[in-house]
Amino acid sequence: MFRTVVARIKQGHHTTRFPAVPVQMPERFRGFPEEASLAHAAEQSCESIDCPYGAFTTTGGGCLDLGKCLFCAECPAGNIHFTTDHRLAATTRDDLHITPGADRRLAQPLAPDLRRIFGRSLKFREVSAGGCNACEADTNVLSTIGWDLARFGIQFVASPRHADGLWVTGPVTDNMVQALLATYEAMPTPKIVVACGACAINGGPYIDAPQVSNGVDSMIPVDLYIPGCPPHPATILDGLLRILGKI
Amino acid sequence: MTSNLRTIYNGFALPMADIPVVDSSRFLQSILDASDRGWRIVSYFGIPAQSDVSLICVLANKAEGQLAVTRTETSDDHFPSISSLCTQAQLFEREIAEQCGLVFDDHPWFKPVRFHHSFVPERDAWNRPADEPIRVGVMNYFQVAGDEVHEVAVGPVHAGIIEPGHFRFQCHGEEVFHLEISLGYQHRGIEADLIGGPHKRTLQVMETAAGDTTIGHAQAYCMVMEALAGLKVPPRAEVLRGIALELERLANHTGDLGAIAGDIGYLPTSSFCGRIRGDFLNMTAVLCGSRFGRGLLTPGGTIFDLTHGHCDDLLKRLTEVRRDLTNAVELLWNTPSVMGRLEGTGQLTHEQGLELGLVGPAARACGIKRDVRHDYPFGIFRMTHLPVATSFHGDVCARTMIRWQEAQKSMDFIEEQLRQIPGGRHRVASAPCAGRHLAVALTEGWRGEICHVAVTDEAGQFARYKIVDPSFHNWQGLAMALRGEQISDFPLCNKSFNLSYCGFDL
Repeated sequence: MFRTVVARIKQGHHTTRFPAVPVQMPERFRGFPEEASLAHAAEQSCESIDCPYGAFTTTGGGCLDLGKCLFCAECPAGNIHFTTDHRLAATTRDDLHITPGADRRLAQPLAPDLRRIFGRSLKFREVSAGGCNACEADTNVLSTIGWDLARFGIQFVASPRHADGLWVTGPVTDNMVQALLATYEAMPTPKIVVACGACAINGGPYIDAPQVSNGVDSMIPVDLYIPGCPPHPATILDGLLRILGKI
Repeated sequence: MTSNLRTIYNGFALPMADIPVVDSSRFLQSILDASDRGWRIVSYFGIPAQSDVSLICVLANKAEGQLAVTRTETSDDHFPSISSLCTQAQLFEREIAEQCGLVFDDHPWFKPVRFHHSFVPERDAWNRPADEPIRVGVMNYFQVAGDEVHEVAVGPVHAGIIEPGHFRFQCHGEEVFHLEISLGYQHRGIEADLIGGPHKRTLQVMETAAGDTTIGHAQAYCMVMEALAGLKVPPRAEVLRGIALELERLANHTGDLGAIAGDIGYLPTSSFCGRIRGDFLNMTAVLCGSRFGRGLLTPGGTIFDLTHGHCDDLLKRLTEVRRDLTNAVELLWNTPSVMGRLEGTGQLTHEQGLELGLVGPAARACGIKRDVRHDYPFGIFRMTHLPVATSFHGDVCARTMIRWQEAQKSMDFIEEQLRQIPGGRHRVASAPCAGRHLAVALTEGWRGEICHVAVTDEAGQFARYKIVDPSFHNWQGLAMALRGEQISDFPLCNKSFNLSYCGFDL
C-alpha cells in the first residue's frame, strides 16, 4: 500500500487541459489541408488525378474530401500539404468537402432537445466493423487518465441498452453488417451515431472492396464524422465537445 | 536436407524456376520430415486457379537460421491432410481449403476460417453455392455432452472497445472444458485484392492489415518489395525502421501490461500504463506525424528522416518515460495479490507451444527461444543483437513478465540507436519487381513472427501475396490455455495473449 501511494505521487498529474489549453500537436502531424496547396494541386493535375481513394477532385478549384483522405505522407494527388490543425470533425458529409476560399464548417451542436438529454451524460457503445484496431486504440485512449473523457460526462459502456450513441469504426465488413444493425436496433431512442475514422466514413483504404460497405452511413444515419486514419484523440475529442456545444 | 526443399534467406527472392515442383506425396513427406527435425511451418498457401492449384510451403529452421521452400501442383479437388501428424498445419490447410476450394481429406477439424467465398468462382470446399451469402460463424462447433455441461457463447460484439470475434465455451460449472474460437468478422478481402498488385493502395492496405502493427507489417512488405526489385536499403533507413519497430513494441507491451493489471482490478498500474502507452505513441508521431507509424515506411527506405533535434527530443522523452514505466510496472511484482492472480493462470506447456507452433511473447513465455530478430535477423538487427527474453512457466505471469523484459531491452536498443544514427541517405528510388520470382520476408512484430511471401507472374505482378500475422499461429494457443481454467479468467488469459482479429481475418 505504501509503495502504491509513493508511486502515485511520483507519477504526478498528466491529464491534458484541453480544451482550455490547446493540444501541442506533433510537428509532422497531418491535419487540415493547406488551402493554397489544394488550388495548386487542381491546376497541376487537371488531366490526371491520381488519388487511389478518390479523395481529391478539381471541382471548385480543388476539392479535398476529408472523409476519403487518408492524410498520406506522400500525397498521390499532387502534393497537397497539411497543417497541424487537428479540428476536422463535421456533422454532415458535405461539410467534409474542403475547397479553397469556401467557409469552413466544423461540427455543429446537436439539436437543442438532444443536447438537453445528452449534454451532461452521453454513453456510447462501440462496434468495430472491420476496423484495424488503430481507431479503436485511439478511441480507447480517451478514457485513460491522459484525456479523462469522463470529466465531460462521456463514457463507453458495455451494453447497447445502456447507450445513447453508437460508435462505429471500420468500413463495415459484410461479416459485421448483421451484428452492427442488431446493436443499433438494441439501443433505445433517441440515439446518435458517430463514424470514427476514414473507414467508417467512406471505406478508407478499403473503399469499393467487394467485402466492405464503404462506411456506415450507407445503412444508418450518422450524426458525427471524424476524419483521419486513424483520427488523433484531439480530433475525436474536439468533435465530441462541439456536438455537445462545449466548444 | 532433402533435395525437395530449396533454401532461401529472410528478405531474399529467388526465381520460381529454382523451386522444384515435386509430386504431392514427396511434398507432404518433406514437410513432415522437416517438422520432425525441428523445422516449423511459417507459411503454407495455395495459388488459386480453376484447375492445377499450386501449393507452396515455407519452412524455417532456427538452428541454421535459414528458410526453405517447397512446392507441388494438384489438379484434383482433394488433397491429403497432414494435420493429425503435424498440428501446426491445421489452420493453414483450412485456409487453403477456403481460399482455393481444395478439400483436405481426413482433416480432423475441417471448418471455414473466415467465412468468405473462394477466390475461384465455382470451387468451394464445402459445396456452398457461389450466389448465396455465407453466414459468418455458422458451423458445427465442438460440443461436450452431459447433464451438467453448459455452453456459453460470447461475441461477435464484446463489452469493451475491441474487435469482433465469437467464442464458444463448453463449461462444467465454472470450469472450461473446451473453448472454440470462430473469427472472420473483420474480413476485408485483403489477399484476394492483392492478386495482380502491387496497387497504388497496397502500402496503406499493409499498414492497416493489423493497424496496431503498422510498422511490423509495412516493414515485411517493404522487405518483399526490396527483395523483388533488388534494392539495397541505406543503413540510415534500417536504423529508423528499427527504432519505429521497437517503439511499436513498447507502446503495445505497455498497453498490455496496463490492461492485464486492469483485468485483475489492480488500478494503479492500469491507469499509469494507459497514459505511458500514449507517450510511446507520441514518440512515433515525432518520427512521422502519426501515432501508429502511418506514412513512415516505403519500399526503398523511409519517407521521413530524423534531425539531431528530433533525436535529442526522443532521448529526453525516453528517459522520462522509462522512469515512469519502471515505477508503474515494478508495482506488479511487489504486490502479492497481483502475483496470486497471475501465477498459474492460463498455463501452456513447452510441448504444447512447440506442437501448436506458437510465436512471439506467448512462445517465449513457454521457454521457446524464438524471435525473428535473433533467429533470422533482418534490417538493423543484422548489426545489433537483441537478447531474447524467455520464461518457462507458460502462464499469464510469464507472458506479463516477458513483456516487461522485452520492453526494457527495446528501450536500451532505441537509446543506443538514437545516439549513433548512421549518415547518408534514408531512401533509394523504388524499382519494378522481378517477374516469376518468390520473395519471403519475416519480421518480429510485437505479437511475434510476421511472414509475407510474394509470388510474381511474368509481368512482375503478384500472382499471390500471402500474409501470416502472428495471431494466425497463436489463437489456438489461447483456446488451449483456457482448458481447465475458470471461465471468469478468460478476459485475463485473452489479454495476456492480446491477439489481432483483423490481422487474422485480413
